[in-house]
Amino acid sequence: MIKVLFFAKLREQLDCAAKSVPYQAGDDVIALAYRLVDKGGSSWSVLLDKETVCAVNQQIVEHSFILNDGDEVAFFPPVTGG
Amino acid sequence: MSKPTKKMTHCNVSIQLEDFDLSVETRELQKRGADIGGIASFIGAVRSSELDSQQGALRALEIEHYPAMTQRSVEASCEQAWKRWGFIACTVIHRVGRLPVGAQIVLVIVAARHRKEAFAACEFIMDDLKTSAPFWKKAEFENSTCWVDAKTSDTEAMDKW
Repeated sequence: MIKVLFFAKLREQLDCAAKSVPYQAGDDVIALAYRLVDKGGSSWSVLLDKETVCAVNQQIVEHSFILNDGDEVAFFPPVTGG
Repeated sequence: MSKPTKKMTHCNVSIQLEDFDLSVETRELQKRGADIGGIASFIGAVRSSELDSQQGALRALEIEHYPAMTQRSVEASCEQAWKRWGFIACTVIHRVGRLPVGAQIVLVIVAARHRKEAFAACEFIMDDLKTSAPFWKKAEFENSTCWVDAKTSDTEAMDKW
């Protein structure tokens, strides 16, 4: 399984903070995002926005990053701390 | 200047709800070495005009973060700065939760042998943290709330390094 987390504006837009998604060998971040959009509907296409940031196991990655079973994947808007 | 080869030791990062005290934190940092010759610090606070908006006066910022990642991300910013400037010790405190106008949000203190390393590392850590640490601000006005958008000026500030 892949544990998927959503933060801030994205979490509110999707009305979802966390989700478990079955792992599929060879999936990269963008493939996972497409599967979530297919399942969740058009409001989920925000995951495909180029400004949406993705972290895998708490490290920011490119959308072409290949996933492993058990990974924690987080999607969030550009950060605004400090 | 010799390049530091050992691992960064005195890096104290805290993500917390509670407020902080610059004097207390500075005194703590001063204990980290007799060779400290300069200490630079920065405090970020909630200003009243956070956004240009017609939504009335800003009351507070609600700061959300990604707990499993935040600490590590801020430590990585410090580590990068340490590799570049080899300072002696640093403290970074970032608050989360609801912070009213006037509240302190973030503190960065860097203690080094000389002022240049202290100033540069302090500014770098702030710039890097603003573009990479997983914090998000939600602005609370009298009658509404909205998420604060990321600024391109912050990305540009990071690009200069």
